[in-house]
Amino acid sequence: MTATEDRSGALPAPAPFVSLETEEFWAATARGELLLPRCDRCGSFIWYPRRFCPDCGSQDVSWVRASGRGTVYSFTIVRRGPGPYGAASPFVLAYVELEEGPRVMTNVVGCDPEAVEVGMPVEVVFHDTGEGTALFRFRPAAG
Amino acid sequence: MTIRGKAFIVGAYEHPKREIPDRTVPEIHAEVAKGALADAGLGLSDVDAYFCDGGAGFGPMTMADYLGLHCSYVDSTEIGGSSYVAHVGHAAAAIAAGKCRVALVTLAGRPRSARGGGRRGGGGGGENSPDGAFEGLWGSGGAVNAYALAARRHMYEYGTTSEQLAEVKVAASLHAQHNPNAFLQKPVTVAEVLDSPMISDPLHRMDCCVVTDGGGAVVVVSPEVARETGRRAAKVLGHGEAVKHTNNGRVDLTFTGAVWSGARAFEEAGVNHADIDYASIYDSFTITVVETLEDLGFCEKGQGGRFVSDGGLVAPDGRLPFNTDGGGLCNNHPTNRGGMTKVIEAVRQLRGEAHPAVQVPDCQIALAHGTGGSLATRMGSVTLILGQEDS
Repeated sequence: MTATEDRSGALPAPAPFVSLETEEFWAATARGELLLPRCDRCGSFIWYPRRFCPDCGSQDVSWVRASGRGTVYSFTIVRRGPGPYGAASPFVLAYVELEEGPRVMTNVVGCDPEAVEVGMPVEVVFHDTGEGTALFRFRPAAG
Repeated sequence: MTIRGKAFIVGAYEHPKREIPDRTVPEIHAEVAKGALADAGLGLSDVDAYFCDGGAGFGPMTMADYLGLHCSYVDSTEIGGSSYVAHVGHAAAAIAAGKCRVALVTLAGRPRSARGGGRRGGGGGGENSPDGAFEGLWGSGGAVNAYALAARRHMYEYGTTSEQLAEVKVAASLHAQHNPNAFLQKPVTVAEVLDSPMISDPLHRMDCCVVTDGGGAVVVVSPEVARETGRRAAKVLGHGEAVKHTNNGRVDLTFTGAVWSGARAFEEAGVNHADIDYASIYDSFTITVVETLEDLGFCEKGQGGRFVSDGGLVAPDGRLPFNTDGGGLCNNHPTNRGGMTKVIEAVRQLRGEAHPAVQVPDCQIALAHGTGGSLATRMGSVTLILGQEDS
């Protein structure tokens, strides 16, 4: 594990369903790497991750490492989280726009929820699920 | 109208393998889709209608997102192994009716290999919900949390306010006071909406629809049967549908699929916005109404907050009387699906059978709009325009 982070509110880290299409993505999270699928034919980044390019229909897809930097596209402070998130509420649910373009659903951690703003620069952190994968979350960018 | 001679099958493809341990079900859908389209000399971008069973996540909504399809017609009729035969028939009818030109029907599954096909973790759906692991693990469960993301962004881009969202609830509550069956019958004020508990910023409890048991039904018949019944009928003038999805990571939370479904319905009906006397607008949350009104074209993008203000939605004299039964916000949202009640109240208005306090005088043309799924990810949007039987 790299770039571990305090859970700031003890957010749960439920393990994802890992499919044949997402094995590499989730394996990389355990190494502290955020991968993006990229279409070999048209060059589009692909999100959500899959072995299919919805821009051109190609099934030839490679993995590239994302910078892990982005900005908050939208967010909400959830007062009543579902399931294991209930005890961790309030917490921030967000869409972060990655530097590479895709807008990804995630949490913003490592700061007071009330301090989060649209447009805020953030960087990725990983929270171990205990099952060989890690959830990608984002904290305010350093400096 | 008959479908005889109105549609032809031009492509067909059977997956060559009988054991597929290295592909997910959505991938197999993709492979057979490309195979059949290649056989037809067509591409994915030619497809404007999509048919599959419900096996892949939310059926056509999930798969249109996965495949990057942009459809004016979708269908997931589920009648077991005969589904795909029915899909061909439905596709032909849709083509004959001018709803679409290129319909893709796919079937995929892998019961032999499924047990080795992935690891089920604590959340995020399974193989047939390919989006699930990238949306379901961050506490977005519970629709309000996801819709709050849309509300926040709409506020950021257009200056929409919580007070404006509250106006939607206030109008619905003013209507619900006349509905003795409404779940919530007490009129509320903007201040009361803003004082209700914050659930998921910026949405308060009163920005959310009710949770109710129940249901509804409508009967659609031929002109001949309609004449025989002698019952006042609502004529179907136009229909439009669309799936708006995450568009390969280009999520835009500020508009809905009503942008497309509404335009299609208005075109087919041959009416314009000034002709709409009454509108049933899907109101899972107040933000749903504001975005939908903009996307249907009742006001400019970003002006929905102003449109609903100052009693804009209040019957019978507002600029667009809406949800006169009290809507999902106050009356009913049976089994978390509000589309049926939207159609029913539109029919009541056209028949002159709404409560007298909220009946729109001389209601000639009504619109009903449904929104399924989530404003934050993917949604099915359907617009129906109905008129008086002699319209």
